[in-house]
Amino acid sequence: MKALRAVRMERCIGCHSCSLACARQVHSVLSWNKSGIRISSAGGLSTGFEARLCLACKPAPCAQACPTGSLAQRRDGGVIQKKNLCIRCGECARACPVDAIFLDHQVNPYVCIHCGRCVEFCPHDCLEMEELPRTPKDKGGSDD
Amino acid sequence: MIRDFFRILKMDLTTGKATLLERPGRNQYLGGTGLAAMLFEEFGHLDRDWDDPEQPLIFAIGPLTGYYPLMSKTCCAFRSPYHNQYAESYAGGKSALSLRFADLDALVVVGRAERLSALCVGSRRVETRDVEYMRGFDALRTGRIVRKIFPGSGRRSILRIGPAGENLSAYACINVDTFRHFGRLGGGTVMGAKNLKAICILGDRGFDLPGGKEYSALYKDIHKQLTTTEMMAKYHGLGTAVNINPLNELKSLPWKNLQQTSSPEADNISGERFAQDTLLRNAACAGCPVGCIHVGFVREQFQANNQYLYRQVGYDYEPIFSCGGMLEVTDAPQVLRILDVIEKEGLDNMSAGVALAWATEALEKGVITLEQTVVPLAWGDAENYMRGVEMISRPPNDFYRLLAQGTLKCARVYGGEDFACVLGQEMAGYATGEVFFISEALGFRHAHLDSGGYSYDQKYEDKNVTQALDFLVSDARERIVLNCMVGCLFARGVYKDALMAQALEAVGYGALNESLASIGERVQRLRWRLRLGMGYDPLKVTIPKRYTEVTTWKGPIDPEYLDALRIGYAARIMEMGAPLPETGE
Ligand code: SF4
Ligand code: SF4
Ligand code: SF4
Repeated sequence: MKALRAVRMERCIGCHSCSLACARQVHSVLSWNKSGIRISSAGGLSTGFEARLCLACKPAPCAQACPTGSLAQRRDGGVIQKKNLCIRCGECARACPVDAIFLDHQVNPYVCIHCGRCVEFCPHDCLEMEELPRTPKDKGGSDD
Repeated sequence: MIRDFFRILKMDLTTGKATLLERPGRNQYLGGTGLAAMLFEEFGHLDRDWDDPEQPLIFAIGPLTGYYPLMSKTCCAFRSPYHNQYAESYAGGKSALSLRFADLDALVVVGRAERLSALCVGSRRVETRDVEYMRGFDALRTGRIVRKIFPGSGRRSILRIGPAGENLSAYACINVDTFRHFGRLGGGTVMGAKNLKAICILGDRGFDLPGGKEYSALYKDIHKQLTTTEMMAKYHGLGTAVNINPLNELKSLPWKNLQQTSSPEADNISGERFAQDTLLRNAACAGCPVGCIHVGFVREQFQANNQYLYRQVGYDYEPIFSCGGMLEVTDAPQVLRILDVIEKEGLDNMSAGVALAWATEALEKGVITLEQTVVPLAWGDAENYMRGVEMISRPPNDFYRLLAQGTLKCARVYGGEDFACVLGQEMAGYATGEVFFISEALGFRHAHLDSGGYSYDQKYEDKNVTQALDFLVSDARERIVLNCMVGCLFARGVYKDALMAQALEAVGYGALNESLASIGERVQRLRWRLRLGMGYDPLKVTIPKRYTEVTTWKGPIDPEYLDALRIGYAARIMEMGAPLPETGE
């Protein structure tokens, strides 16, 4: 099972192509926020850029915090999102240790689902899909 | 989400009140430069000077902003402190996408704040703050503080001015997100006159996209063309600085206040040399995968015992021409050090460099004295040029006060008009020949990008006045369409008519395709009408003697051809900007 990793962010030029691509392709919106990956400068543009995105935790604190099962644990890390179950309480974003979940003004959560569709839009090859280590205990407990 | 009408936020700094306006006109003006001109017609005052508080400062984006790659610029329009006429300037950074995501087609700022202020606008927010404590802060430090007072990293744009804008130098720029600028003709001065230190635009909304595969597929296709073909390699690779060597070879590189058009030293400040010695990294405007912004570094020893600091400074062709070649500063890091000071003071770098080049020659010729320049400005002396920049921004005497209003204005008082390199404003870095000189001197923005006069010079050796004028008018018109979209002009080779039509079609706006050419013409005429209505007389534009003394690869400049072009282009401009007949359009 693979996860999206921002492995070469020192190459990032801040074009937002990745977030626009995610918003466009995964969420069908024009946005640089409503996206599984968001780009911000670390502290002004002269400090370079960082990507806010899901680290594929296992267990995922956001899924644990979600009262409705809208976010469910993926087998090897990260979450699966079922939008129709979401009651927009915002608990997931509060629980995320790395601020990877974006809540829009209607408290819709946006989180990376590790589909990798942003990768080909990065002109500097900053992003990569990486194989996650298998968690031995959970063999067979796949929910993806 | 492309509306038939424009959604505009008008902010009045005098009253502190904001108004949301809806205006029809998408089919007539598209957006960008067209929208800005339309708004200036409504909110601007032809009978009041540039610094009248009621004059608007306008920021406008286009219908496709954010929808496609490189639709990433903002048009800023205002009555210019430089010549007291209608003017505009373009910049990217995150400004365009921030406006898009703030759900605004344009932001119009009128009035004057009582104390130095910062404005924050977003889709759900309008706020002004007293920032009197920032008076005198340089543009970079201002940015750092505004980032703290209006949080939203990664989805906001910060526009701000330095001391030059506060002190009303006529060519103060607006710094956008550290590395981009509304550079020319004094947009920063207008902010200064409004007591507006900074604007933060929060791009905090998102919009539904058209269903179906067409849009996404087209996006991908354009993105691919831009990133995998050779088309944009120049901008991505060495950046526009790549121009130094070829222009030098063509004897078209302004050098030493245009005493020369080439120099054996040029290679020391070439794009190749900058890349090799100083390039730190690239950066991009939001929505642009090309990343033409080149950031160099300088390191400086500030104490004995190996104590160094380093700075990051953006460079491009134009600043290298104006602060390198024109000043005969032929060491890349030294050029960057001058640029760094210009950046902090918040000046247009072309104007600042060219003004100092003139001052150097004037001092050398005894037209002005050391008493006026305070420091002995001399070719290649970066240290003193850095002092000079600070004095333009914060004038210690009448000489610098005047120089800060424009090189020609200063030369008219002190002498030395013959060698003031001014084509409408301090020139851009192309000494390619007659067509370019006229294009920049008379053109709407006095910019090398108004039309491709520089490339016309390189392509045609014959001196066919009518053909050259036809080119200037029609090429400018085509660029206006892209400026209504507010696409990056670097992408003009990509967004040809057919692709533009497809792009509009895929977002449900194909109906406009039929009328793009007529929109271009309508906007071209409106802009000239505004200019002429504010007193612009293209026939009064003079070409300083220096331009008739240069030699390009074609040989010496032909004064007769130059003059025929000047008179001919002035006539075309008068005709384009003629008042509307009574029946209206
Ligand atoms: S906002 Fe939705 S996904 Fe997030 S915790 Fe609440 S219910 Fe779960
Ligand atoms: S992997 Fe998919 S969901 Fe995650 S950021 Fe990329 S495009 Fe968005
Ligand atoms: S697409 Fe790549 S270079 Fe552009 S912002 Fe995203 S990570 Fe950075």
